[in-house]
Amino acid sequence: MKKIATALAIATALSLPAMVQAKPVTLTTQLKRYGGDGAYLALYLTDANGAYKGTLWMSGGKSKYYKHLSDWTRASGGNKADINGITGASVGAGKTLTVTVDLADALFDAGYNLHIDASVEDMRDSPSEVVVPLDSNNIGKSFKGRRYIKAFNFKK
Amino acid sequence: MLRQFHKIPGLIAGLLIVVLATSGAVLSVLPAVERAGVPTSASAEINVAELAGAVVDRYPGVEQIVRKPSGKIVVYYFRDDLPGADVIDPVTIDKVAEYSKSGFQRWMTNLHRSLFLDETGRALAGLGALAMLILSYSGLSLTAKRLGGWRKLTGRVRGNGTQRLHVETGRIAVAAFVLSAATAIYMSLANFGFIPDGLSAEPVFPRNVNGGVTMSVADIADLQAIPVADLRELTFPYADDPSDVFAITSATGSGYIDQSTGQMLSYLPNDTTRNVYEFIFMLHTGQGLWWLGLVLGLAAAIVPVMSITGTVIWWRARRAAPKIAHNALAKSADTIILVGSEGNSTWGFAKTLHDALNAQGFAVHTAPMNRLKPGYAKAERMFILAATYGDGAAPATANAFLKRLAESPSAPDYPVAVLGFGDRQFPKFCQFADDVNEALAQDGWETLLPMDRIDRQSAQEFARWGDDVGAAMGINLDLVHSPERAKTNTLELLDRQDFGAEVQAPTTIFSFAVPQARQSSLWTRLFARRLPKFKAGDLVGILPPGSDMPRFYSLASASSEGVLEICVRKHPGGLCSEFLHGLRTGDRIDAFIKPNPDFRPAKGRAPVILVGAGTGIGPLAGFIRANRKARPMHLYFGGRDPKSDYLYEGEIKSWLQDKRLHTANLAFSRITDAAYVQNRITADAVALRALLADGAQIMVCGGRDMARGVMEAIDAALAPTGLNAAVLKAEGRYLEDVY
Ligand SMILES: Cc1cc2nc3c(=O)[nH]c(=O)nc-3n(C[C@H](O)[C@H](O)[C@H](O)COP(=O)(O)OP(=O)(O)OC[C@H]3O[C@@H](n4cnc5c(N)ncnc54)[C@H](O)[C@@H]3O)c2cc1C
Ligand SMILES: Cc1cc2nc3c(=O)[nH]c(=O)nc-3n(C[C@H](O)[C@H](O)[C@H](O)COP(=O)(O)O)c2cc1C
Repeated sequence: MKKIATALAIATALSLPAMVQAKPVTLTTQLKRYGGDGAYLALYLTDANGAYKGTLWMSGGKSKYYKHLSDWTRASGGNKADINGITGASVGAGKTLTVTVDLADALFDAGYNLHIDASVEDMRDSPSEVVVPLDSNNIGKSFKGRRYIKAFNFKK
Repeated sequence: MLRQFHKIPGLIAGLLIVVLATSGAVLSVLPAVERAGVPTSASAEINVAELAGAVVDRYPGVEQIVRKPSGKIVVYYFRDDLPGADVIDPVTIDKVAEYSKSGFQRWMTNLHRSLFLDETGRALAGLGALAMLILSYSGLSLTAKRLGGWRKLTGRVRGNGTQRLHVETGRIAVAAFVLSAATAIYMSLANFGFIPDGLSAEPVFPRNVNGGVTMSVADIADLQAIPVADLRELTFPYADDPSDVFAITSATGSGYIDQSTGQMLSYLPNDTTRNVYEFIFMLHTGQGLWWLGLVLGLAAAIVPVMSITGTVIWWRARRAAPKIAHNALAKSADTIILVGSEGNSTWGFAKTLHDALNAQGFAVHTAPMNRLKPGYAKAERMFILAATYGDGAAPATANAFLKRLAESPSAPDYPVAVLGFGDRQFPKFCQFADDVNEALAQDGWETLLPMDRIDRQSAQEFARWGDDVGAAMGINLDLVHSPERAKTNTLELLDRQDFGAEVQAPTTIFSFAVPQARQSSLWTRLFARRLPKFKAGDLVGILPPGSDMPRFYSLASASSEGVLEICVRKHPGGLCSEFLHGLRTGDRIDAFIKPNPDFRPAKGRAPVILVGAGTGIGPLAGFIRANRKARPMHLYFGGRDPKSDYLYEGEIKSWLQDKRLHTANLAFSRITDAAYVQNRITADAVALRALLADGAQIMVCGGRDMARGVMEAIDAALAPTGLNAAVLKAEGRYLEDVY
């Protein structure tokens, strides 16, 4: 299990009009035993219009493979500055990734979506493997991914 | 220096390289296996648009079509919300199999590229590849040196079995080693970002799309232009996302296509760095080039053999290097021993000489020949023990000797004795010692005794030289050099036939029983030490009671005949030969086998000319007896008197009848019309030239003087043709077993 606390200046990244309060949110992503090498995962936010707002976490250190996280690449323009300091190792099959980020309260219940793109060497890319609305009543609920993610949830 | 470059990476990285190579060898088979599973129907004519159109019909939820390097077409799709992947036949679109990469292949790949140690492991694997490249280069250079130069790189390899296996396999596989290692290094450097691989370059994702009604993929002109053979992958737009596009990657580039207009919205041709990377990746993995994969894999499978034989060679050479105790200083020694050695065995002889002289109170200084000093203050005599390496060249510890000698002041007032170590199977037997001897003579050095030569580290010849040295120095010098005591078996005398007593050449053919495996219990068969297999031409080492130094005898039979047959001449006062001549049937001896694989008729049907005098006929008789296929064999045999020492007389006559032997030319020296074998050869010059033009091989066995005479006669007989014994030796067509 990985436990990574990130002081993410997401407020700046998301350029919110007024940053009132930010609380630590724990994102837990458990992978299936899909029988492959470690997965690259990109966790990021889009707003109500589907526009990219910022990256929360990147698992996987080799930028040349990021293009396989294709929705993230398209949305973010593959901007490496966006993931500076919030990059970790790829996540092995069956393993769980736990990241804690500070998210402004204002981001909740405002139409934001949390996406996870996943990619595994020599296996099918899975952009937007998980798309979860950032709603208060989704807190603590478990979501299944399409291909590689067994369960995802976020908790305040 | 070169040797260090071979030895050090070999020893340090040996195990790593074996792991990398073994896993690589396993992986190498996979592209061929995968290719074998690819549907054979002709897909050359269809294009990507046609394929995609047909796939959409069959797999409505298709997400992606991928063409694997093997040519396999894989369709990824969603059906009832579940992802799936099928290998399909590109013509019929029928499902061939479900697609999944095996866990085994993944496991092996990870072992091969990262030893399950992630980036650290990848770095180690890269270093392993570097070590492999260094080993290949240094190994090839050493081989060139060993064989006498780069031009002779393909020449015959000599040495013991392990050395030959190492050099011969290495020589064949080195190109594959270099290709595997160099491509691996490139991939490793690319992985660590030291060189660009162009893999992350992507076409710009289009911001604006038409957004209209989706057109049929089969009608997209840009996809129609791509033959299936050039397809890498085609990703379909999400069904419910009108802003999404087709993403196509072909062999030449990648781009995005509008799903409603079919227009290429953005396209990025592959740049050179990427093409280079992909090409190198293909060379290394064989993915897309299955046969090369198999070739490299086969070579990789040989790597453990190289590693093991290399370590054995290193270990033997190391063990052969003795520590010289009580080594006097150069300036205070009365006796100087200089050693020229490559494989270290000459050091063992030097130590025996050193110790024997030391025991008699001499102050002995032993050093490599390259350390020749301009003067030795107290020296009274010098010994030079010089091996020969390459094609008559100086060995490692003597390669600067002749230069140093030339730079030294004029000859000293003490004498020198040169002893050459070499191998008669080489065209230039003891050539380097000859050169040294010549240079010393030119320089005006006095000799303690004439130069002598030791064939294949013969302890017996060394002991005889020791007698000569002792005589010259007026002391009793007993040089018993026994590198290692062989494990012996007990053999029982079955039969003996005596010859030659009347002509003062008592010679006996002894037949010993070979203990038979089948008579023994399972336990003894498995665990007891049995006499190894042998063939005529191999040697048996016999330990006479009271001596640690084995005497060797050439075998006249093969183990399959169930008897061990030798032909022994009695030497007056000879420890072993007198012991043998005193044996009666039922008596036992201690013996072991020493393989002599160089002294065998070559495979094939080319004629064989066998020349031997006295006991020399032993192994030759063995070759003839085994010649059941009646290949042309011609025997020249010399003795003293047909009435007394015509060895194998009855058998020779019957072999002539059943054609195992074509001709028998006899020469006897103590009768009227006396002749030696060399006279017969001279008389037969024309016939011999014809046989040799036919690819014939000459095999000579017996005493040194006879061997020298025969070689001179052959050289003379061949003079008109430009051939000579040295050339034939280099080709392995002139073999000697001389004692
Ligand atoms: C590779 C090889 C193959 C051999 N094959 C045979 C063979 O098939 N049949 C055979 O009879 N012998 C063969 N010999 C020679 C044999 O090994 C012994 O050297 C020989 O039998 C004498 O041994 P010894 O113990 O009787 O004499 P030693 O006790 O060792 O010596 C006694 C005396 O004989 C002299 N002497 C020893 N050897 C020779 C020699 N070769 N020529 C002249 N004088 C010598 C010594 O200088 C000494 O004065 C072979 C030798 C070698 C190296
Ligand atoms: C590669 C190689 C090349 C050799 N070339 C010759 C040669 O040209 N002439 C010769 O008489 N002996 C040659 N020999 C035989 C050696 O000189 C002989 O085995 C010697 O005893 C080795 O001594 P060392 O182990 O001290 O180097 C060669 C041996 C090897 C392994």
